[in-house]
Amino acid sequence: MTENDVVLEAKEITKQFPGVLANDHVSIDLHKGEIHALLGENGAGKTTLMNILYGLYRPDSGQVFVNGKPIVIHSPKDSIQAGIGMVHQHFMLIPVFSVAENIMLGDETTHLGVLDIKAVSQRVRDLSHQYGLEVDPDTKVGQLSVGAQQRVEIVKTLYRNANILILDEPTAVLTPQETEDLFRIMRQLAARGVSIIFITHKLKEVLAVADRITVMRAGHVVGTTKPNETNEPKLASMMVGREVILTVQKQPAKPKDEVLRVEDLSVLDDRDLEVVKGVSFDVHAGEILGIAGVQGNGQTQLAEALTGLRPIKSGKVFISDKDVSGKTPRPIIETGLAHIPEDRQRHGLVLSYTVADNMVLCNYYLKPFAKWGVLQQDKVDENARRLIKDFDVRTPSPYVPTSKLSGGNQQKVIVARELSRPIKLLIASQPTRGLDVGSIEYIHKEIVAMRDRGIGVLLISAELDEIMALSDRIAVMYQGQIMDVIKAGQATKESLGLLMAGIKPSVAAEAAAPKP
Amino acid sequence: MQSTAEKGFIKRLGQLLEPLLVPFLAIFTAVILGGIIIKVVGGDPIAAYKGLVQGAFGSPQALSETAVWSTPYIFAGLAVALGFKGGLFNIGAEGQLAFGAVAAALIGYALPGWLHTSIPPYIHIPLAVGAGVLAGAIWGGIPGALKAYTGGHEVINTIMMNYIALNITSYLLNGPMRDPNPLNLSARTPEIAVSARIPPIFDIPGMRIHWGFVLALLMAVVVWWLLWKTTLGFEIRTVGANPDAAKYAGINVKWIITLSMALSGALAGLAGAIEVTALNYRHELGFSTGYGFDAIAIALLGKNNPFGIILAAILFGAMRNGSTRMQFLTQIPVDIISVIQALILLFVAADAIIRFIYRIRAHEERVVLTRGWGG
Repeated sequence: MTENDVVLEAKEITKQFPGVLANDHVSIDLHKGEIHALLGENGAGKTTLMNILYGLYRPDSGQVFVNGKPIVIHSPKDSIQAGIGMVHQHFMLIPVFSVAENIMLGDETTHLGVLDIKAVSQRVRDLSHQYGLEVDPDTKVGQLSVGAQQRVEIVKTLYRNANILILDEPTAVLTPQETEDLFRIMRQLAARGVSIIFITHKLKEVLAVADRITVMRAGHVVGTTKPNETNEPKLASMMVGREVILTVQKQPAKPKDEVLRVEDLSVLDDRDLEVVKGVSFDVHAGEILGIAGVQGNGQTQLAEALTGLRPIKSGKVFISDKDVSGKTPRPIIETGLAHIPEDRQRHGLVLSYTVADNMVLCNYYLKPFAKWGVLQQDKVDENARRLIKDFDVRTPSPYVPTSKLSGGNQQKVIVARELSRPIKLLIASQPTRGLDVGSIEYIHKEIVAMRDRGIGVLLISAELDEIMALSDRIAVMYQGQIMDVIKAGQATKESLGLLMAGIKPSVAAEAAAPKP
Repeated sequence: MQSTAEKGFIKRLGQLLEPLLVPFLAIFTAVILGGIIIKVVGGDPIAAYKGLVQGAFGSPQALSETAVWSTPYIFAGLAVALGFKGGLFNIGAEGQLAFGAVAAALIGYALPGWLHTSIPPYIHIPLAVGAGVLAGAIWGGIPGALKAYTGGHEVINTIMMNYIALNITSYLLNGPMRDPNPLNLSARTPEIAVSARIPPIFDIPGMRIHWGFVLALLMAVVVWWLLWKTTLGFEIRTVGANPDAAKYAGINVKWIITLSMALSGALAGLAGAIEVTALNYRHELGFSTGYGFDAIAIALLGKNNPFGIILAAILFGAMRNGSTRMQFLTQIPVDIISVIQALILLFVAADAIIRFIYRIRAHEERVVLTRGWGG
């Protein structure tokens, strides 16, 4: 890789949206065979810049050069012509079509007007061989894992002869293993001369895979650096614009009475498979019990069963010694449960509702928000104004639909609503998924503050770092069972990792020990 | 300072009028196209529209008749809109309306006989109207419960319930409930007792406008208040907007779905009951054909807003009413009105056409009426 091989350069790009200067004289360049990470919080202008390069937006001013020549991009067609390919965060694939059919979509190879699927399949096979991307052209896309679908999207761009690849938040939907796979693929592509722009807000990933890092904040480029010249705290403060505390500050827990007891709980998933198998554990007031585990080991269904969203097959659940097994959500909420749901847009919010209405979603029927079945709008608004202030929700007003808020602020609306009620137990499922550094820091602080106020917290998260940073005890879930519960002080990443893979330390020790 | 205040006022006014923009332009465009069609078939569009407006608004009698036509449209439009707000597509207003009319007629003509006594109007009218409301509520509640507890799609079920209702009505009006008067040749009930009749507002011959119209306006306010000011309305709207979040919030989603459909049916039943008790004084086969279906159009044009529905219903009522005079004056068949109404709907439903013609920037959030077939 030489410094002169600039394949793509954006110079002084400016883009104004009503009320927001999304890109303010942004310049960025990309070398041949380079992985260039574009780092920034939600709303920093990363995606706007990429959409300009991909021809979805027109810049107000500024120029784009490909291989040193200025080009004008009116539409994605022009950018594909110029060799730029983009993999969006949400895949643009048709599940019932095969991989080959998806790849040729919009660029069909025909022979006398008949689709030449065989030729396409062969080309896909060649490409996947050439770049080390395993995809079978004849499988239906719907049957592929998320990671494999992403590979199809990448092959799709290569099929169109792209040598500049834009990956928009590609790891947001991947498991840790799939993320590792993607990084391997990215390195291979780079080694074969493909240049990659990698958009993300995850610091670890940037340090792991990028050759260069450009940080954006509020529409500006804050700076460009290299992984060996920086570290996580430095990148975080560049992103956020202030010092960020990445480690969670907390005192030792002072556990008190039991607030949640789960006895031999079994739960079925939507396909009637038993995905939680006879689980027992407890959570005490003033402690955080973390449930670690690779996504899809029954954690989602466990949380749904505990909160009444999903029926239980057998077993008992007690909240503050009250039997709530098989109850519907409302009586469970009324025993003092707060629930930060895993899918905030599906369960946590009514996106078309205002911030104010969402902030009373679970207690709109109680005094002072309702009297004799009539909503007291002034009380609802007052509540919203107070919570917006207390929880630092960034919204122009309480009357804005929550759909207009960023992901971090949407989550803050939920956190504010749930934590402001009189509660004894908090169940937080993936509370920081998809959020930026600033919001993660904030939500972690709130969860610890709740613990210190004597509330029992059940934290379910697929992010091992989060579990280890917050929990006082850690339970590891594997294939619907709890492998072990460990005190946080005694847990290491390695010991948890083994449990997450379904290997008990005693078994591992036995296996390692020489047989008598 | 003054200019800021002025700007603020204009902005507020703009926000207030903005939702009216697309429906207004849809109507405008449909009228222009309707004019072209009239011209093509050899008529005079100006004269036709003049006749239409004259027939609808040209005299006190015309105004009265427009109100009479609008009344069932308002009730039934509110019925469909309430369902929409709960995420439910009530295609069954027609059947619910028919049963509301049958029940109101039965109580209206038969109750004094059953009790062997006359009943004062302040008891008889509420009983007759209440019977219609109840019948509509049951007929709407059944597909609601089927949707909530078995997952049966309400669109299919309400359509089926329409066939059942209309055929049972036909049987009743030809059989057990048929007017026994030897001079009667049609499928209709006997006249309801005088004590069950809602009086006209003015005691002037030819002015048929009745208190049912006032009740319809009142119901729009009630529906608005119910949906936006009560906890029940909050629950209905939440279930309509996001049933998963509603469940998470502790709302009994199945009950709310059933109740929304029952309330929707009740409003449709009220439409039928008012036609019987305030206008026709009996139920006759075929009187109501289309109200329930036009109601879907009215809810759509009124953007599911109770006050929008009043405007849409009056528009439809005026067109139906004025078209007779238009035909009388210009010999253009009344059917042109159906064409114009269809065009209005087309433009409201596919508002992208209107936004394209008049270069209106699209909203980021669109009105989603129902969650589709999978809903």
